[in-house]
Amino acid sequence: MVGGYGGMDILNGVDLAVEANEIVVIIGANGAGKSTAMKAIFGLVQLRAGSVRFDGQDVTGRLPNALVGLGMGYVPQERNVFRNLTVLENLEMGAFLKPMTLARMLEQVFTLFPVLKEKARQPAGELSGGQRQMVAVGRALMAEPKLLMLDEPTAGLSPLVMEQIFERIVAVNQAGIGILLVEQNARQALSIAHRGYVLATGRNRLTDTAAALLDNPEIGQSFLGG
Amino acid sequence: MAEFINLYLLPGVAVGCIYALGAVGISLIFAILRFAHFAHGDVMTLGAYLAYSVVIALGWSVYAALPFAILGGALASMGIDHVVYRPFRRSPGIIVVIASFGVMLVVRSAIQLFWGVDILSYETGIRRPIPLFGDIRLAQKHIIIIAASVVIAAALHWFLSRSRMGKAMRAMSDDADLARISGIDTEKVVRWTWLIGGGLAAAAGVFAGINTKLHPSIGWDLLLPLFAAAILGGIGRPYGAIVGGLAIGIAQEVATYPWLSELPLVPPAYKNAVAFFVMVAMLVWRPTGLFKGRVL
Amino acid sequence: MFGLLMYGLTLLTMIGIYGVLTLALNLQWGFAGLFNAGIAGFFAVGAYTTAILTAPESANHLGGFGWPPLAALPVAMLLSGLIAWPIGRICLGLKGDYLAMASIGIAEIIRLVFKNETWLANGTMGISTVPRPFESLGQPWGNAAFLLLVVLILVVLYLAAERAWASPWGRAMRAIRDNELAAAAIGKDVVRFRLEAFVIGSMVMGLGGALSAMYFKFIGASATEPLLTTFLVWVMLIIGGSGNNRGALLGALVVWLIWSGTELFTNRLPAEWITRSSYLRALLIGVLLIVVLQRFARGILPERPPRRID
Repeated sequence: MVGGYGGMDILNGVDLAVEANEIVVIIGANGAGKSTAMKAIFGLVQLRAGSVRFDGQDVTGRLPNALVGLGMGYVPQERNVFRNLTVLENLEMGAFLKPMTLARMLEQVFTLFPVLKEKARQPAGELSGGQRQMVAVGRALMAEPKLLMLDEPTAGLSPLVMEQIFERIVAVNQAGIGILLVEQNARQALSIAHRGYVLATGRNRLTDTAAALLDNPEIGQSFLGG
Repeated sequence: MAEFINLYLLPGVAVGCIYALGAVGISLIFAILRFAHFAHGDVMTLGAYLAYSVVIALGWSVYAALPFAILGGALASMGIDHVVYRPFRRSPGIIVVIASFGVMLVVRSAIQLFWGVDILSYETGIRRPIPLFGDIRLAQKHIIIIAASVVIAAALHWFLSRSRMGKAMRAMSDDADLARISGIDTEKVVRWTWLIGGGLAAAAGVFAGINTKLHPSIGWDLLLPLFAAAILGGIGRPYGAIVGGLAIGIAQEVATYPWLSELPLVPPAYKNAVAFFVMVAMLVWRPTGLFKGRVL
Repeated sequence: MFGLLMYGLTLLTMIGIYGVLTLALNLQWGFAGLFNAGIAGFFAVGAYTTAILTAPESANHLGGFGWPPLAALPVAMLLSGLIAWPIGRICLGLKGDYLAMASIGIAEIIRLVFKNETWLANGTMGISTVPRPFESLGQPWGNAAFLLLVVLILVVLYLAAERAWASPWGRAMRAIRDNELAAAAIGKDVVRFRLEAFVIGSMVMGLGGALSAMYFKFIGASATEPLLTTFLVWVMLIIGGSGNNRGALLGALVVWLIWSGTELFTNRLPAEWITRSSYLRALLIGVLLIVVLQRFARGILPERPPRRID
């Protein structure tokens, strides 16, 4: 993939792949193009070259709307809940395209995130950061995605809550959903992931299994805090 | 006291209902499509004249004609969006505002061509006000405007809080980008926004025609208080727009009461100035409005 | 022959007056990106100021100052600017649409004042004894001389606007228009630049109003209708090409030719339609605006970077 915003390329050649049922994490320094790569997959960044393939078909340049219908889910880092809607309404919006499956999916999401059931009638804007993150992930799950893309789901959360979120991500994955994760907290992310990509200045720098990346001394120095 | 309630407060509530119905559409359209819809007043005028035609053609009362006006205003708004505004979805909002100037010119001149420019009225004759209790009397037209507005507002509330499309509309006015990436069919929501906003505007136009007389700039004259109401309530907050509309309507009427001397505090001709000052004060001190809307 | 001459003079004078207004709007919108939807208000201030200062004494309105018309012009501009200044101070921090709402509001209130304060300007009847300069020369020489005055003012304004466009001031203005944060980051005083564009533009709008009142020898509520002032001027600037002074003038020319050309056509309509012909024209102009915005939003003469001045 090559692309960026308004004529300036941020991605200069990035290759990413996620297999079904896999957790894949993208790490890299600030400005390496991690989030941009994820947005590019989801059709939010204009690609100048390259393609996005999903489930065997070319989906390059498709609108987010269509991608959700095909089974892709994306949770942005910020502003990821409808603040004035209740938790329940937020989740319902995730199932907008498939109102038939609403009840079944709602049950699944509430099993994964029991706290959301307690807070179902509360406006999402009143929840804590961690709970908001759960609402956002839950809303994406409501559309029954095959691939869930999370952009820094633990940004700004306390270590304890961060732990919970990672644990829930593993649970989502065990339900058979592939996960692509952009993370600053590289060590924790790699510890739950199967594979990892390291990006630098908009290019692939390293690709390896998560375990191998955790052991790589170079990676350890630059991204894992020694 | 009775005089204050009969001649200032209750008419203020009736005017407030008209503003509320118009302002809901402005607030939703502003939040969802990100532009101030300057032709909204003219959609109101269109609704008022559609009702007039039904009254004349079928000999019905204007209240029976109301549903037709609402339907007409809703469909016309959706049609205008399809033909005029849709190509501008990715343009800066300000370009669409200029396009809405064009719509304003077209709708108003079409009304002038078709219905003429004379001042019209839904019915002739004067009806006696109805005593409510004690000295409190309510003009019939005000009772009906207020009652019908309550019914419409209840239906709107049901739609926004119960129906899938209504919730999606609130979601999109909360955060349009997030709505798009959450898989909400935003074009469909936009169409419904025009249906609802246009229908409410038409109803408001009919009520304005009942409250005073019909003339081609009846809606344009209300545009300023509508904007003020939408901003007061917070952009993207339909319930805020209702409160804002009522507040502006009551404030405008009550401001003409002789509070300090024999003379009205604000001369009736300057009612709109009250709306203007409320609007500017909100923009300066609290642009998110009373109910924490968005600043676009 | 004489009739045709007079028609031509009228046409050119009107194009000239609208040219003044479109240049003013181009300064605000084309240069600085300020969405002023209240042209009618500043137009009215200029027009009424001139009328009150120059019209002969009358029991119907304030007046009898007996100023020479040309001396009233700077005062008209000054007063428009004085009104624009506080509005700009309050509203220019707001994004486009909000400024549009606030400016349309102030314009309506200014119009309300002139409509309702009968002691000031004779209410809806207006003032119909405004003297026009060079009137004593008779027809057609007086009309030609007035046209010359309008053209002279227009040329001065155009040259000034062109200079401003290419100057560091114009460059800063465009920088602010295109990227406010970046412009602020390199130390441009965003608020001051915007305020300057808004106030100067509004002063020129006042000048346009003053010229119009003189030309028609009349100012009243009907002459400050937003359709004829605010919206027609917007249509002219968008069609001509905003951000281009020549485009602004061309827009005034083209749209006014269409506006008055359709008059020739509609005059041939059956009698019952003639009274409604002006609405047909407004309809046409509205459609034209929408089509131009959809098809070539940059106008006939799009904005271009200024030539280098060495």
